Amino acid sequence: MNHTYKKIPMPIRYLINTALIALLLYAGNAVISSGITNRAQSSLVLQVGIYIILAVSLNIVTGYLGQLPLGHAGFMAVGAYTCGIFWKSAAGSALPAPAAIVIGLVLAGIMAAIFGVIIGVPALRLKGDYLAIITLGFGEIIRILIINLSGITGGTPGLMNIPKRSSFLVVYLAVAISCIAIHMVMKSRHGRAILSIRENEIAAESCGIHITYYKVFAFALSAFFAGIAGGLYAGYQGLLTPSGFDFMTSINILVMVVLGGMGSMAGSVIAATVLTSLPLALQSLNTFRMVIYSVLLVIIMIFKPSGLMGTYDFSLSHLLEKLLNIRQPRENSPAQTADKKAGKRNG
Amino acid sequence: MLFLSQLINGLQLGSIYALVALGYSMVYGIIMLLNFAHGDIIMMGGYFALVTYAASSNPLLAVVATIVGCVVLAVAIEKVAYKPLRQAPRISLLITAIGISLFLQNAAQLIWTANSRAFPSTSIIPSITFKVGGLSISLSVLVTIAVSVASMVALTFLVQKTKMGKAMRAVSEDTEAAQLMGININSTITFTFVIGSFLAGIGSVLYCCRYPVVNPTLGSLLGLKAFVAAVLGGIGSIPGAVVGGFAIGLAEVLFTSIGLSAWTDAMVFAVLIIMLLIKPTGFMGRSMTEKV
Repeated sequence: MNHTYKKIPMPIRYLINTALIALLLYAGNAVISSGITNRAQSSLVLQVGIYIILAVSLNIVTGYLGQLPLGHAGFMAVGAYTCGIFWKSAAGSALPAPAAIVIGLVLAGIMAAIFGVIIGVPALRLKGDYLAIITLGFGEIIRILIINLSGITGGTPGLMNIPKRSSFLVVYLAVAISCIAIHMVMKSRHGRAILSIRENEIAAESCGIHITYYKVFAFALSAFFAGIAGGLYAGYQGLLTPSGFDFMTSINILVMVVLGGMGSMAGSVIAATVLTSLPLALQSLNTFRMVIYSVLLVIIMIFKPSGLMGTYDFSLSHLLEKLLNIRQPRENSPAQTADKKAGKRNG
Repeated sequence: MLFLSQLINGLQLGSIYALVALGYSMVYGIIMLLNFAHGDIIMMGGYFALVTYAASSNPLLAVVATIVGCVVLAVAIEKVAYKPLRQAPRISLLITAIGISLFLQNAAQLIWTANSRAFPSTSIIPSITFKVGGLSISLSVLVTIAVSVASMVALTFLVQKTKMGKAMRAVSEDTEAAQLMGININSTITFTFVIGSFLAGIGSVLYCCRYPVVNPTLGSLLGLKAFVAAVLGGIGSIPGAVVGGFAIGLAEVLFTSIGLSAWTDAMVFAVLIIMLLIKPTGFMGRSMTEKV
């Protein structure tokens, strides 16, 4: 009876998603370069992209691993300063711009991942709220280190004159690659191991999953992408100050993840987009906007505690399959629900 | 002599941290919530004192208004924002607390602008200095330490000897079992918030007397440090919060006095991290074993 349900074969799924990513890139580029958007709007697009990476990367630890870190801005800071310093020193050299961008971002990610491991190994011995507090402490320590190591980082006035290399293309590609990479890791056996830790740590351990290894792995992966987002942030701002990476930044990212629904990548993407654009949209309300923002946050949490999307994830191929089968009376077979997860998400 | 005066200095700061940490610790003990809005309630308390004093020039009235204002505010927050989320996942509750914290900061900014205002500290506690030997101690230091210690003694009595205190301990031990024994959970939780914010009100006045400036972000750093103190002592434990508060206050003064003032905040967090790694539940926290 499964034969009545039409499915899209695997290579075509990839093709559909690749086409969609390319189409969005083309459309976005056309809109930006046509000059319809004003400066504030096109810089908002970059900001949205950066926050999408931050939210999706935090979602690895919060949504998939089920821990609560409060120091994500610390990893972002590490990446931002690494990338900023690299780009500044590379600006005078013969290194071509595309190579500098890629090397800078990868370096930012690796540096942040190293910090992720350094912080993760001790922090992950603790559970729940204690983990939250210890990551908060580490985040603050990173910020204070940046303030005090003014020889390298520029201290409180900040790191200035970073080449502005985060163009729409760079940010878009980074977002797409990050989302696809995270999605693929989560669908692999490593991803399933991480999910099993969230569901039940003790049960996972008795099934032979190396808890500490996977916790640190998830932590480092999350830090890696936060570092890349930090690098993009450096190239977007052109100026880095320690106050941009304070506790409130970590909280903002966490709010995006929770509001979107923990464990839902689509939720993180949507929440990051909405929450980043909201202050600009509420600009006319001026002084009231932050008050409205906070009230909205409380109201959403009271009426929809699991976040806007819950754990639901969007899959284009799956949607198309549904459309293909809409004419036939559907029988709910177990095989079809098992296949649900096979579709690829797109940033 | 310098050491002794720094010690007293640290005790003053520590007693304020302890008062604020108690609020964090009690709320955590009873509903497992890291109440991020606690620091901002203290900030609002500073403004209440400022406004009341400006209107009445009566220091006693200002203190009373601060405490009453903090209590009313905290109870209102608990009823409106936290109560509907009793059954929700804990992270939703945490985000709500963060939302409330943001709301209070921005509301204060809207009402009283973002500029810092001078706090009439000398009108509330007169600036008199006593000289004992070569040591000079100001009245505000003595008042701070005395009031804090008195509040802590009163709190211990309340929690250990009264019926309400027994109910509070029962609810924090096991909410459902307490409910089955006929304890009204909601009123017990509200009572906990009343006590916590009462102490916050006192702490608010004392803190503003030490650092006589009020601004909308006053609560965040104080809140964060008091929170660290609560965790250091073992969150959920009342004597732990007091010990943690004094430890953080003394450590902070120590780091400042040996010339590391730029690193003080980092050191405070480093102390916390080292502590948590050695004894993950803090000085006096209960360790919880997970049963399968």
